Amino acid sequence: MVPLSWYLILSAVLFCLGVLGFLLKRNIITIFMSIELMLNAVNLSFVAFANYWNARGGLLPSGKAVVGLSGHVFVFFVMVVAAAEAAVGLAIIIAVFRTRETLNVDRVNLLKL
Amino acid sequence: MSITIFILAAVIKIVLIVFIMLTAVAYTTWLERKVVARIQNRWGPTRVGPFGLLQPLADGIKFILKEDLVPSGVHKGLYIMAPMLALAMALISFAVIPFGDAVSIRGYQIPLQITGVTMGADGGRSDINIGLLIILGATSIGVYGIALAGWSSNSKYSLLGSLRASAQMISYELALGLSLVGILLLSGSLSLREIVNQQSNTWVIGGFNTHLPHWYIFPQFIAFFIYLMAAYAETNRIPFDLPEAETELVAGYHTEYSSMKFAMFFMAEYLNMFTVGCLATILFFGGWHGPALPFLPPLLQAILPLLYFAAKVLFFIFLYIWIRGTLPRFRYDQLMAFGWKFLLPLAIANIIVTGLIVALGA
Amino acid sequence: MVHQILFIIFALMCVAGAVNLLRQTHPINSALSLVVVMASLALIYLLLGAEFVAAIQVIVYAGAIMVLFVFVIMLLNAGAEERSSGSRIALIIGVPGALVLGVLVGWIMIGQNKQLGSVAISATDFGETHFIARLLFRDFLLPFEVTSVLILIAIMGAVVLGRKES
Repeated sequence: MVPLSWYLILSAVLFCLGVLGFLLKRNIITIFMSIELMLNAVNLSFVAFANYWNARGGLLPSGKAVVGLSGHVFVFFVMVVAAAEAAVGLAIIIAVFRTRETLNVDRVNLLKL
Repeated sequence: MSITIFILAAVIKIVLIVFIMLTAVAYTTWLERKVVARIQNRWGPTRVGPFGLLQPLADGIKFILKEDLVPSGVHKGLYIMAPMLALAMALISFAVIPFGDAVSIRGYQIPLQITGVTMGADGGRSDINIGLLIILGATSIGVYGIALAGWSSNSKYSLLGSLRASAQMISYELALGLSLVGILLLSGSLSLREIVNQQSNTWVIGGFNTHLPHWYIFPQFIAFFIYLMAAYAETNRIPFDLPEAETELVAGYHTEYSSMKFAMFFMAEYLNMFTVGCLATILFFGGWHGPALPFLPPLLQAILPLLYFAAKVLFFIFLYIWIRGTLPRFRYDQLMAFGWKFLLPLAIANIIVTGLIVALGA
Repeated sequence: MVHQILFIIFALMCVAGAVNLLRQTHPINSALSLVVVMASLALIYLLLGAEFVAAIQVIVYAGAIMVLFVFVIMLLNAGAEERSSGSRIALIIGVPGALVLGVLVGWIMIGQNKQLGSVAISATDFGETHFIARLLFRDFLLPFEVTSVLILIAIMGAVVLGRKES
């Protein structure tokens, strides 16, 4: 029996590491990967809560009914959106690399080449 | 069944299957050299042992004793890890493949599958629910072995070969997965043992008993051909082996590899061939089902399902080797066009037709 | 007991992969660390009874999206990252902000430990594929169709953006 708070703390730690990577790294692809890390952290929260509500009969404390498995469906949609975002983002990165010849975000901070 | 018995049985099964599979891979190389040689009207290995049967042993000793060259400028960690990753993913697929029904040893029902556990007298759960998805996942991760091998080798030929090989593999993965959706619509389950169990009777159409076995090859023959062609591209075999053809790219992604690491790539390729053969027999040809032969002695009758399974898998291996000896290879743009513009729409059309028939017939 | 040990092992793998993603300078090492993170997350999903989600995490996320990342890194071949001074505001406000957020969430979770309770490895058929399919194609049909249009737009966008100027 693992307490639910452990899963949520793991999710929070991964999310914070993603934010730190987004702020600290200078390579655009690594920044993109930190965004994917944040999305994964959120997925973990969804799945943990899906199990949690399913085990409690799908009733919120306020009395409202919720389908536990909808957490899994949300994870499905998050993955689809992440895939679409990765495809378009990487295409943009390739297009920028062709003109600027660099992947460092600090060198791409002016509209002038 | 307690957890210790399960783990003990699983460990024994793992050792058995790894040993049998690696020996089978070694002798598949012998079979390939013999069959391709006969197709080309020559003998093949005949000197080492009778009919050249000790040739794989000689090759193994050669691989172990060869000098292990590591070129300068390679990305050391990835260079060593890539063949291990390819081999590991090729072996993982065998964890979920059912080779037969349960055998009872000392009162325990032990299914012939590494991840199968039969609990108690009521049968219980004998398989994991998502066996097919695990094999598709192992195939997806196997792309990393090839991509990283070519990139870490610090060589033009390797990089180009690996880019082509991985682009080819991820393109045909789609057609592979979609061709299996027709089977899933008919069977309603992702568990491989469940799919085999549903192929045990005969086809009864509208009350009329055709005496054909209930194999999914009959309604899904188009899916079978799509699956076979996509699997040939996934395993980088002729006619889709441009990324590792000697005349085109020196040797593609394994140019810079020598001795044991090259042998690992080799083994991974042949193990993937076996996985494809096992999946094809399970999904399309009824797995271990076949006519019961009552005139055989009881011991042979007991292992008859295993022999049927092995015979069907060997047929697919022979088909691989036969096609290798016969067909020329695709050019790269023909290969990609074939995968995206022909196989993928055909697989989707197969899904639509199968779905309509299942929905309107139920 | 076994459940807790397994969770701790997989969680440590996760966090180690995430920390390694930040520590490495070459993007290929970061990408492979992220693959390790995703694989260990798939194992945690299996602990939570979400078998279908674990399978598609491996097939889609680790096996397709990360392969795309690795391809781009291989193609562009940009090499290790060089140290350059970043935006100071991002460092001054962002890093402490992220740390404060993490500590705050962890503090609240530990404080609410009693109210939240635990999850167990369920022996029931909780995350089975046909249940998810039923939800996806009945209750969530409209979002499903919208995401398929989204993927179509993403494909067209990627093809147009990736083309060479001729």
